[in-house]
Amino acid sequence: MRRIGPFLVTPNPSPSWGWSTIVSLLAIAGALVAAGGVFWAYGVAPLVAYRTMAEGTFLDPRALPEVVRRAIPLLLVGSGLVLAFRAQFWNIGAEGQILSGAVAATGVALFSPLPPALLIPGMFVAGFALGALWAAVPALLRLRWGAHEVLTTLLLNYVAAYGVEWLVHGPWKGSSMMGFAYTDLFPEAAWLPLLGTTRMHWPTLALGLGWAIFGSVLLSRTVLGFEIRVQGENPEAARYAGIPATRTVLAVALLSGGAAGLAGVGEVAGIHHRLLSPGQISMGYGYAGILVAWLARGNPLGAIPSAFLLGLVFTSGDVMQVALQMPFRVTDVFNGLLLLFLVGSTPLLQMRIRRVSGAGGEAWTSSS
Amino acid sequence: MDVLLVTFLRALAFGTPLLWAALGEIVAERSGVVNLGVEGMMLLGAFFAFATAQLTGFPALGLGVAALVGGAAALVHAVVCVRLRGNQYVSGLALGMVGVGIAGLLGRGWEGTPLRTPLPELSWLTLSGLVLSGVVWVFLYHSRWGIILRSVGESPAAADAQGVQVFLVRYLAVGFGGLTAGIAGGFLSVAYRPSWTEGMTAGMGWIAIAITVFSGWDPLRAVAGSLLFGALFHLSFRLQGFVAPELLKMAPYLGTILVLTVATARRGAWWQEVPEALGAPYVRGER
Repeated sequence: MRRIGPFLVTPNPSPSWGWSTIVSLLAIAGALVAAGGVFWAYGVAPLVAYRTMAEGTFLDPRALPEVVRRAIPLLLVGSGLVLAFRAQFWNIGAEGQILSGAVAATGVALFSPLPPALLIPGMFVAGFALGALWAAVPALLRLRWGAHEVLTTLLLNYVAAYGVEWLVHGPWKGSSMMGFAYTDLFPEAAWLPLLGTTRMHWPTLALGLGWAIFGSVLLSRTVLGFEIRVQGENPEAARYAGIPATRTVLAVALLSGGAAGLAGVGEVAGIHHRLLSPGQISMGYGYAGILVAWLARGNPLGAIPSAFLLGLVFTSGDVMQVALQMPFRVTDVFNGLLLLFLVGSTPLLQMRIRRVSGAGGEAWTSSS
Repeated sequence: MDVLLVTFLRALAFGTPLLWAALGEIVAERSGVVNLGVEGMMLLGAFFAFATAQLTGFPALGLGVAALVGGAAALVHAVVCVRLRGNQYVSGLALGMVGVGIAGLLGRGWEGTPLRTPLPELSWLTLSGLVLSGVVWVFLYHSRWGIILRSVGESPAAADAQGVQVFLVRYLAVGFGGLTAGIAGGFLSVAYRPSWTEGMTAGMGWIAIAITVFSGWDPLRAVAGSLLFGALFHLSFRLQGFVAPELLKMAPYLGTILVLTVATARRGAWWQEVPEALGAPYVRGER
């Protein structure tokens, strides 16, 4: 316990929602200041950068649909990863799982004999399945042989990216796309409907919102959710209680990989309508999804506002690219700094600060 | 015989950055801190080494700057997860993102330019990497300081009780890891492929971390690991006439997963060496 001026600071391992939000906002502010330093080093005055960002996002009504469009894959990936991280399964491979989903959707759209009405459902099912499979491999490698999933999931991102490169340059290269690394355009029955004149593919948005709610119910109301929480908080206790790690780890791997797969389906079926180079399908949504999950503080519903916030970061990246000729890498700087400040704010998060009356004593008493 | 020699030399050249990065990660992890930001630190090193060498004409100076930048980046990670007790995995990932982003941002104007004064591919840097692994080995297993470092990674509470400054040791170990990762990246941009391209490390930082695990946190076995993966990269390049290049590029990553799995499956021998306190933040007065 420590006393600073009129405030009493006590440890609090389970912070309230309000306090989490305050600390998160402080971390975001810190990241903004640090990013300002990077802009300055790049030769753009930080205030000019922030004004450009604000004008291009908050103050431009056309920007909102773009923010939501960016938030769709982030929401799916992030709310899936919340489950994985709750069970201490460090799935860093969402990027590859997104690409797997995109590949599966393309396969169904271009080469399956499904009738047009079933095309879109088929694409989502296939995308979920291949994304889940892409995550199940590292889960099994860990459960069976102890290979750490941080490395295996991450290395599989590179495998998936080169796999997509190979498909679009080789066997799936479009017949009408001379010289370009694209597949053929999907038939129109495989295009996701958009909301009005925006680029918001609403079926995927609905899936994302539904997924976050599903994850929340799963965690708080079901046996599997209970097992996931115990496994994550205390693996030893889980073992004594007879909760098999196999089941929880495999479940969260399948759920998080599948959700990322759905995000990949949304990107190709909702926006590009074809498979193209990996960097254009996912602009780092898999890595940013880690940030969404971390910002959600373990609650799948928390992924909704945090995906929206990250959508804002991505849209800002677009704005700065156009208005200030900055490379899109600026989103990586932002995302990384945000994540760094959020991780660094852990001790602050686990404190309770209360105002105590009668602050007449000495300002600093000994810390314990 | 000639083919073997060529393969060996190429493996040596490609293995050099892997070895430098892995040696630093071994030291950091021996102190109980995982740093997943190797890829970002390497890219920062690659960019700053290139920019310095291009501006001054001295590649060695570039490597020095790369080392400092890598070390500084690693210290950020150290502050976040040693002092502030943040999650080591997430902090390292964040550092990686920042490094990739900053290098990409600052390096935009230099994209694709060849370096005027490159170092030879096989040079004192390769040799000193081999020497360094011997030095780190002697340090870890046959010096007082090495015992202190390892005890911090095995049982920080016990080391603390013995009067060891746990935080200081971890700062130094993580900082050293950043230093070598910076040099590893610098080697890429001033010697191996004397130029700057965004994302030129292409996952080598992750492979270096895999070598750390594969080697069982042993610097001498890391030499073998680096040569193995260097050879794998070389072969994936050599076979391009026969298989689609994109599929060949997958090979080193798939190979890494395979080797990692085999290495960890052999629980009896190497895996036992995993530092006991790896990944766990140390809080004074607990346990």
